[in-house]
Amino acid sequence: MTADKRAASVAASVAVLLLIIAGWQAVASKGLISPVFLPGPDRIYAAIVKGVERGDLVAQTGETIRRMILGWALASVMGVAIGAVIGVSEAARVWVAPMLEFVRPLPASAIAPVAVVIFGLTDRMVLFLIAFGALWPMLLTTIHGFSNVHPRLREVSRTLALGELAYVFKIALPAATPDILGGLRLGLTVALILTVVGEMITVQGGLGARILLGARSFRSADLFAGVALLGAIGLVSNGLLGLAESRALRWKPR
Amino acid sequence: MTRLRGLALPLALVLMWQIGAATFGVQSDTLSKPSDIAFALVAGLGDGSLLGASVRTLAAAGGGLLIGAALGVLFGLAFGLLPPLSRLMRVTVETLRPIPAVAILPIALLAFGFGYRMEIAIVAFACFFPMMILTEHAIGQIAPRLMEVARVLRLTVAQRVAKIVVPASFPRIFVAMRLAAGIALIVAVTVEVTANPMGLGYRLMTAAQSLRPADMFATLIWVGFIGWALNRALLAVEARLFAHAPEA
Repeated sequence: MTADKRAASVAASVAVLLLIIAGWQAVASKGLISPVFLPGPDRIYAAIVKGVERGDLVAQTGETIRRMILGWALASVMGVAIGAVIGVSEAARVWVAPMLEFVRPLPASAIAPVAVVIFGLTDRMVLFLIAFGALWPMLLTTIHGFSNVHPRLREVSRTLALGELAYVFKIALPAATPDILGGLRLGLTVALILTVVGEMITVQGGLGARILLGARSFRSADLFAGVALLGAIGLVSNGLLGLAESRALRWKPR
Repeated sequence: MTRLRGLALPLALVLMWQIGAATFGVQSDTLSKPSDIAFALVAGLGDGSLLGASVRTLAAAGGGLLIGAALGVLFGLAFGLLPPLSRLMRVTVETLRPIPAVAILPIALLAFGFGYRMEIAIVAFACFFPMMILTEHAIGQIAPRLMEVARVLRLTVAQRVAKIVVPASFPRIFVAMRLAAGIALIVAVTVEVTANPMGLGYRLMTAAQSLRPADMFATLIWVGFIGWALNRALLAVEARLFAHAPEA
């Protein structure tokens, strides 16, 4: 497809979205659906503007983003480090990997009650929940990446008489980068979900708490505004990571 | 032999935990001995409370999966067969897709209140997008020659869908179903842990809040087992159904 055609198709697609929003607005303005359940785009926009002017919406969005990134970073560092150790060592794979396979299908949110018992309804509990949940995709993709390094590359490192550490940093890590980046992306999605879950359970600020309280007090414009912001956080963070990924993998032939 | 070695580490950990708890006589609101957890698991299975909670969770997850998957396959078929439509809807889809499923929870709560309907709605939302995208992708992967055959035979659109598109893309759609089933279970438990007072997630939460750690860990292990068994069962069905299908 030529660049012109592609631009036209994107423009048409944006127009469709705007049309849908306009239709939604028309339905809401005519009062076909009670605004308690479905507020119009104008009221949601007004709720965002009001929240930004008062500052509480900005603060809560910041809180959610802070938790998501902190928990995700924690999980990423631990996941890559532990995954590298397990992935490099044949013995660790045989002894440890089956246990990981058993923990993996466990829904991360099922750990939430355990975290509540240990940490109480605190900020630390939310961070623990995010870090624990986002750890698994990181860990498993890293193990996969490290254990699937091409055998010839291993031979190269042996021929060059590289030490174990040099092998990890100079050969295995670059070779595993595509897998690790995939894990980072998956982990970020999980982190955002668990941030919202944690905030809903603990009600310690953040957008998750805001939208749940919004629903309980029937402030639906506020609620939809929060959901829209969460969607935006997901969209932007995923997009940024996608950009970073394509930059980091420039060397890779496609 | 390799299997046995895989079991060694978890067994050793559990044993150490048990011996440690027994010798130091830990009285804790957060941890409990493996033996107590095993008793709680047996008791929960015996009095039927664990199975009852599982049925409710699985019913909500299954209902949501059915609705989400059916709509996802329909939209995926439409987008896959009509690429211009897919291009027109792309921005809308990409705007809605990143919304985390749990963020829909308060909206569902407002619309349906507590109970099955809200949980089913959230699970359906969570399953819809992966099913739609994977179905569209599956149709894109159909060998062009099959479509040429359809054209030569002058099949109508309905015939083309029923005789060529659906059979050819079914194995991939089934794989998507398996992934979506995993998502459905996770989302159902998440909704129960977070807000909805029913099922396994709620059992976990009440056990934690009333400081019955043995019950909490027993339920946790049971949830893990269900997830594992579900995945195993669907993999087995997949292997049976598509044993004849070539890797395509």
